[in-house]
Amino acid sequence: MKEQKLQIFLDIIKNYFDQLTAAELIVDTPYLLENEQPRILDYTGVIGISGTQKGVVYFTASQALLEGILDSFGEADKSEANYVDLVGEVANTVSGNARKEFGHEFHISVPFVFSGSPQSVILPKNERSFIIPITWQSQVGEIVICLQV
Amino acid sequence: MFKLMVVDDSNIIRNRIQRAYNSDKFMLVATATSGVEAIEKFNTHYPDVITMDLTMPHMDGLECIEKIVAINSEVRILVVSALSDKATGIEALSLGASGFLTKPFSEEELVEALDELMQD
Repeated sequence: MKEQKLQIFLDIIKNYFDQLTAAELIVDTPYLLENEQPRILDYTGVIGISGTQKGVVYFTASQALLEGILDSFGEADKSEANYVDLVGEVANTVSGNARKEFGHEFHISVPFVFSGSPQSVILPKNERSFIIPITWQSQVGEIVICLQV
Repeated sequence: MFKLMVVDDSNIIRNRIQRAYNSDKFMLVATATSGVEAIEKFNTHYPDVITMDLTMPHMDGLECIEKIVAINSEVRILVVSALSDKATGIEALSLGASGFLTKPFSEEELVEALDELMQD
């Protein structure tokens, strides 16, 4: 994926958090990771991409960040199931919103979600990954985009 | 009072919609987590209006809309989905959906979309 496409995901993630509260989303400088696996935080939602683009988009976040989103939704249930559900829903929303720019043939899978570290490598080998670090209400997350050029 | 069914594989989104809708106008009669479950519950609860996610396991929302409209073309379906491309919106409407709300949404936007749906 070319760097210019990063702006699509930056706009999407900013719009997502703008919908939640007046709290400002801080987007740190995106960076490129080549032939390495990016870090995994407490909960991760992975979306497989097929069609005109192939690869994965995932959202990984601290439990505290997800707790803040649940609070903004008015969701009192802070169970493990809801953290897992939410991280998948954010990943789904970020990927789904990208179709506005990438088009109808940007096919997204249902989310694959997990807590903690994965048992196996989840990113395609030999592909560049763009990492977008975010901080919201002092809590951290990352959006990882790994798409074939 | 309109009978409402909420279809989404996310528990959090189902809960959000249930907290947001105007209870003076709508009465929740069922929720479903997939297209398959939605059709089963449609045939037993007879909702007037449905909020419908698109990306779901077992049967996606577009196929579900087509099957439900084939059973009863009078039902109003509001698609609530992250899929924001124009082609998906057109396809959903052509299959029989009545409206489209893109995720992420605010509770105010949901209420407005449901109200508009029932005014048409």
